[in-house]
Amino acid sequence: MQEKIFHHTFDNGLTVVAQPMPWLESAAFSIATPAGFRYDPADKLGLANLVCEMVQRGSGDLSSRGWVEALDMLGVDYSSSVSLYDTHFGGAMQSAQLHDALAIYADVLRRPTLPEAQFEDGRQVCFQEIAALEDDLAQRAILQLRQNIYGSVDGRYSEGSMESVASLTIQDVQDFFKAHYRPNGMIIACAGKIDFDSLKDHVEKLFGDWEPNEISPADNVIATQNYQHIEHESEQTHIALAYPGFTYSAPEFYLNRGAVGVLSGGMSSRLFTEVREKRGLCYSVFASCHTLLDSASVICYSGTSSDRAQETLDVIVEQLQLMADGIHEDELRRLKVQIRSGMIMQQESCRARARSIATDWSHLGRVRLLDEINDTINSLTVDSINEFLREQPPANFNVVTLGPSPLKLKG
Amino acid sequence: MEYRQHKLDNGLEILAECNSQAYTSAFGFFVRTGSRDETAAVGGVSHFLEHMVFKGTPNRTAAQVNLELDEMGSSSNARTSEESTIYHSLVLPEFQTPMVELLSDIMRPSLRVNDFETEKQVIIEEIKMYDDQPPYGGYERIMREFYGSHPLGNSVLGTAETVGELTADQMMEYFKAQYSPSNICIAAAGKIDFDALVADVQRCCGGWESFDAVRPNPKPEHQHGFKTMHKPQSSQQYILQMAPGCATEDELRYATSIMTSILGDDSGSRLYWEFLDTGLAESAGMGSYDHLGCGGIMTYLCCSPDKAQANMERLKTLQQKIYAEGVTQKELDLAKRKIASHIVLASEKTNTRMFSIGSQWLAGQKFKTVAQIAEIYESMTLAQVNEAIKAFPLDKSMTVVVGPKEDLQPV
Repeated sequence: MQEKIFHHTFDNGLTVVAQPMPWLESAAFSIATPAGFRYDPADKLGLANLVCEMVQRGSGDLSSRGWVEALDMLGVDYSSSVSLYDTHFGGAMQSAQLHDALAIYADVLRRPTLPEAQFEDGRQVCFQEIAALEDDLAQRAILQLRQNIYGSVDGRYSEGSMESVASLTIQDVQDFFKAHYRPNGMIIACAGKIDFDSLKDHVEKLFGDWEPNEISPADNVIATQNYQHIEHESEQTHIALAYPGFTYSAPEFYLNRGAVGVLSGGMSSRLFTEVREKRGLCYSVFASCHTLLDSASVICYSGTSSDRAQETLDVIVEQLQLMADGIHEDELRRLKVQIRSGMIMQQESCRARARSIATDWSHLGRVRLLDEINDTINSLTVDSINEFLREQPPANFNVVTLGPSPLKLKG
Repeated sequence: MEYRQHKLDNGLEILAECNSQAYTSAFGFFVRTGSRDETAAVGGVSHFLEHMVFKGTPNRTAAQVNLELDEMGSSSNARTSEESTIYHSLVLPEFQTPMVELLSDIMRPSLRVNDFETEKQVIIEEIKMYDDQPPYGGYERIMREFYGSHPLGNSVLGTAETVGELTADQMMEYFKAQYSPSNICIAAAGKIDFDALVADVQRCCGGWESFDAVRPNPKPEHQHGFKTMHKPQSSQQYILQMAPGCATEDELRYATSIMTSILGDDSGSRLYWEFLDTGLAESAGMGSYDHLGCGGIMTYLCCSPDKAQANMERLKTLQQKIYAEGVTQKELDLAKRKIASHIVLASEKTNTRMFSIGSQWLAGQKFKTVAQIAEIYESMTLAQVNEAIKAFPLDKSMTVVVGPKEDLQPV
């Protein structure tokens, strides 16, 4: 399979990066606008999220309703979300509609109406999101853990609180938009049946004359706390555990990724085997690499009946500590096949590819080709991973539990 | 793209859409059995059996099954519904034969007592996990209330009690009554060597003895009414409604599917503009749940408890207006564009194609290609969609409300 990445950075700092996938009939875009919630003022948490909601309520010549209808008419399956760094807009469609869809998003990003008449409705949507999060117990445990390990800014989540969102005004929305929606640092990633030259020209027409604007986020403060319990009358106790990891750009990233794959990379992985298959302690247990630009962690989760929660936590911790003794040849062999298969499977989805290209660009300033990743994975050996694990064994655990009663973190 | 099929002497069918350009191969064993085929004494046995299928055979231990799935780098899973149990795997084409051999082998499980008792704990944890997740058993409850004594009212998961009391012997008895080769189809899509597939299946499954597996198909007496499930720990209120809808074999099913898209899609639909754009609800949607012989249309709302009563009234008004006036040509045109685009995007995934083939078999339908399905949707007229609206009045329904509010009144 032919894999080519094209990219171009315009004078105003906007980058367009794309992978043609000529075997598909569809195309997808993934726009990362550098207006993430790290720019929310401390007393206005949830602002970037509300702005993201508001820019989609009419832009250019389109009313709120006209905007949705225009996208539906093009058959765009669209989405939006706000992360620490970016506000993200994504869409997938039949490839012939890609340019028209991008033109609609140029209006969203540059010429939203931000109508005051829509403000209260937009804010209500944000309230509903906060309330829905309250009912997602696993997510709540993980978000609290991320707050504890990453700190006051980096550990935030997009929604803010009922109180902070209640205090926001249309002026806040307009000010945030004006300061943060900007071309410098913006990434437009596309994948699918596309021609890069015409895409580049089209993006230049839409965004080329947009003036850059420099800003910096607030300082991050990390509190030290290694265990927190959130009392809740639930059926299960939700356990979220983290230990320091390696960022996507770090040389150790794939060594760590390999070790985590042995822990939680399939049905024969250690956590699945020891916690679920042998002991029947839970339905869900996993560990995964979580990476910000400059800090990272491995986050583990399991939800289990409260009377078996202590044993579940103990077994997870024991398995993490056992990693220091190293992994085995057969574990690494399975992991390599899994990663290779996963990469090839990703080639079926232009949406997944566009998103992953955008992520690569924001972390690395370039795109890792699948061949390059494949070579890196193939170069991993039991010795290299075991040496890494001896020097950097999983340690310094940070735990959040949510459920009827607290647990004890041993070791 | 080539469609191929073959039937073994024992009744096992093999259906495949072979695409020599694909990078992956998807395989699924579709068994026509689910919770509607259970008696009260073995509630949850279909789903529990789905788990036990991965627990080993006379040829393999449970751990070996997991190891082999991972050694092929497969993305494998299984799912159980009211009417089907599906075992599926996505792999690179080079693993076609070993994957077919493995899936064929696990379809004749040993059901060893030790594994059975351990896995029982996992199932009970799964039940508890869903008890903690919105809508907190609301789906099971509305199916039970809507279908009354009809077997479609049976819960797929069962309860901690019914699952707790199940024995491996009861499960084996159920297996022997349901897993006849004549009640199973193997669906494949992507890069498939069809002749090799037939030869492999013949070798692995040709010896399976056929018997009659009969599914009772009584006519349901749909129940109407209003039920409250009090859940004080929940922060949101969840409203579920089920109205009579079309059966799998019903001619109106395509028109009904367009109708639910116009009324209940997550963007641009009637429910979207009424509840989501305004922030009156966190989520709102509608779906057609068609089954053999009967079906339902479910409407779902999640909102803050203080908005629930007024939202139910709004919903009723909306439903009455739709019934009286039907939908517009513009809405139909937009829905068709969305569906056409969705079909193209979905058709690029090997797994989706495999599920489409298997699902058509489950429904007893003649195979249709992506193009044929797209054509059917394109040919739908406003009169046909409005006929579906008249055939299935949404306000003649069973309603279940779940959440902290106890005093909600039927509207």
